[in-house]
Amino acid sequence: MSFFNVIEQYKDFDFDGFFERVTAGEIESILAKKKLEPLDFLRLLSPRAASFLEPMARKAQQLTVQYFGRTIQLFIPLYISNYCGNQCAYCGFNRAHAIGRAKLSLEEIEAEAQAIRSTGMRHVLLLTGEAPEITPMAYIESGVRLLKQYFASVAIEMFPMEEEAYRRLKAAGVDGLTLYQETYDQKIYGEVHLAGPKRDYRFRLDAPERGARAGFRAINIGPLIGLGEKRREVFFAGLHARYLDDRYLATEVGLSLPRFNPAEGDFQPPCPATDREFVQYLLALRLFMPRAALTVSTRERAQFRDRLMALGVTRLSAGSCTGVGGYARPGLRNAPQFEIADTRSVAQVAQAVSAQGYQPIYKDWDHLA
Amino acid sequence: MENDVLQLGNRRFTNRLFTGTGKFANNALIPQMLEGSGSQMITVALRRVDLAAQEENILNYIPKSVTLLPNTSGARTAQEAVRIARIAREAGCGEFIKIEVITDSKYLMPDNYETLKATELLAKEGFVVLPYVLPDLTLAKRLEDAGAAAVMPLGAPIGSNRGLETAALIALLIETRRVPVIVDAGIGRPSQAAAAMEMGADAVLVNTAIATAQDPVAMGRAFALAVQAGRMAYLAELAEQSSLARASSPLTGFLGGD
Repeated sequence: MSFFNVIEQYKDFDFDGFFERVTAGEIESILAKKKLEPLDFLRLLSPRAASFLEPMARKAQQLTVQYFGRTIQLFIPLYISNYCGNQCAYCGFNRAHAIGRAKLSLEEIEAEAQAIRSTGMRHVLLLTGEAPEITPMAYIESGVRLLKQYFASVAIEMFPMEEEAYRRLKAAGVDGLTLYQETYDQKIYGEVHLAGPKRDYRFRLDAPERGARAGFRAINIGPLIGLGEKRREVFFAGLHARYLDDRYLATEVGLSLPRFNPAEGDFQPPCPATDREFVQYLLALRLFMPRAALTVSTRERAQFRDRLMALGVTRLSAGSCTGVGGYARPGLRNAPQFEIADTRSVAQVAQAVSAQGYQPIYKDWDHLA
Repeated sequence: MENDVLQLGNRRFTNRLFTGTGKFANNALIPQMLEGSGSQMITVALRRVDLAAQEENILNYIPKSVTLLPNTSGARTAQEAVRIARIAREAGCGEFIKIEVITDSKYLMPDNYETLKATELLAKEGFVVLPYVLPDLTLAKRLEDAGAAAVMPLGAPIGSNRGLETAALIALLIETRRVPVIVDAGIGRPSQAAAAMEMGADAVLVNTAIATAQDPVAMGRAFALAVQAGRMAYLAELAEQSSLARASSPLTGFLGGD
C-alpha cells in the first residue's frame, strides 16, 4: 500500500461535476460535524464553500486554539548549498540557471548557526539542493551534528531519500522532515521537472511515508500551489496527510501550502491562487485535520501572515534568508531559491505574533536520542 | 475544610486545583492566573523550557511559592522520560515529576507500559513521581507498588475538553486508592472539575480550558471555586457515610435482634 493507491481511486472521479452539485445545506451540515470524511473536505474546497469563509474561519480558530493553544511555533530555514542536479522549471536553484553556486563548509555552517542562535531561534530547518557528489550524505550528517549543538530541533527539507538514509539522519539528530510533492498531478509533475532524479514522481510521493517509518517525529507535506489545479492539489495533500496520520500514530503530520513567488527564471504558474482561495484551502485543511500543524513561510506577505494566525496557522518561519550563507554575512547576495515577501527579523515577527494575541514559541522540543 | 490537606512528597496542598503553563497567549498571564486561582502546583513541559535563555524563560513567570511540576511531554519511551526528569532536577526544577510518555500523536493516549517503567526507575531515584495514565486499575496498583506519589488518570484525551468520559474507570481507582488520584486531561468546564472532585478525586489538573479561555485569570478562579465546591460536597457526603458506618443500625435497630 502506498498513498499512490489512494490517488488512483480518484482517477476517474468527476471533480467538476462534484463541485457543481455541492449545496449550501451540505456545507452547513459539514460545519456541524465533528469528524470530516474526504468528500466533506472536498466540499469545503468547492466554489460553493467560498461563501462560508467566516463560519469556516470561526470553527478553524476554535479547533486550533483548543489543540494548540494561543501559541505560534517559530522556525528558520538554513540553506547550506544551492548545487542541484535537477531542472525544476520554477526553482531558483534549477541547474540550467547560471547563478553563483555555493556550498558552506562546516565552519561556515557553524557561523550561520551562531548568527541564527543570537536571534533566539531554537528550531532550524536545514535545506540543500540535490547534488550527492558535492553534498554527500556524510556532509549532511556532519552539518546536522554540528547544528544539534546550537538548536533544540533540526528538521530537513531536502530531496527524497531511502528509508535507510532517513534513519542515518535521524541518528545524527534530525527530528523532522519537510517534503513537498510540488504537484500531485503526475502529468504536470513530468512537465515541470525537466531533468534530474526529481523526475521520479513515485519516489518523492512515498518519501514522507519512508520518513515516518524511519521514525521522524514530525512530517510536513504539501503541494506547491500554482502548478496543478488548486482544489485537487489541496485535496490530495489533505488525503496524504490523513493517510500518514492514520498509519503512523507516532508521527505528527503537518501541512503547508507554499504559494508561487518569483524565483530566478520568470516561471509563470498556470494556476495561481488568490488570497481568498488560499485562506479557504487553509481553513478546509484545518477542519479536515484539526490536530495537524499548519505552516506558512515567508513566501507570504507580512500583513497577510499576521492575519493567518487567527485562521488555523500554527507555525511560522521568521527572519528567513533563502540564499546560501546569508545569516553570518548579511551583505552576501546570491540567488535565492524563492523571493521572500515577509522580510521582518525574528524579533519583529515575534512582536507581531504577540500583537495578534499569540505567544511566540522558540523552543518546543529536545532531542533525546 | 481548612484542615483538609493533600500531601504529595513533602509538600502540603490546601488548594486542589493544579494548573499548567501550556497554550497561554502570553506568559505574563501565568502568575495572574496562579494568583487568581490560588493554585499551588503548576506543570511545565521541559521541552518548552529554554534553560539557556535568561529573559524569556518560562520558569521566571512562576512564583517561588508555587510547586513546579515539570512534565516529560515529548518522551516516547521510559528511557526518554527518565532523561528529561534528570535534566529537570539538575536544572533546579525540584523533585516533582509528571511522567507523560506518549507514542500516539493522533489521540495523545499515554503509553501505560512505558510510564510504569519510568515510574519504577524515577521513584527509586527519589523523585516525587506523578504518572499520567489511562485509568486502568491493575496498572494503578502496580504504580502504587512502584512508588508513585499519586496516579493521574485522564478524563478524556488531552485538550479535548470532553470531561469525565472515563468516569467509571476512574471511580475504581478512587475506591481502591492507596495514593491520591488526580484527574488530569480532558476537563473542559468547571462543572466537570466539580464532578471529578465530588466523585472523590483528590485533585484535578486543568490546563487547556484555563489557558485558552478568553479570560484565563477569571477561568482559573472559576475552576478553583468548582474544585472547592466539589471537594466540600465529597467531604460532606463522606461524613454522612461514616456516621452511617458508626451507628450500627440507626434506622432499623428498633426491630431488635434476629
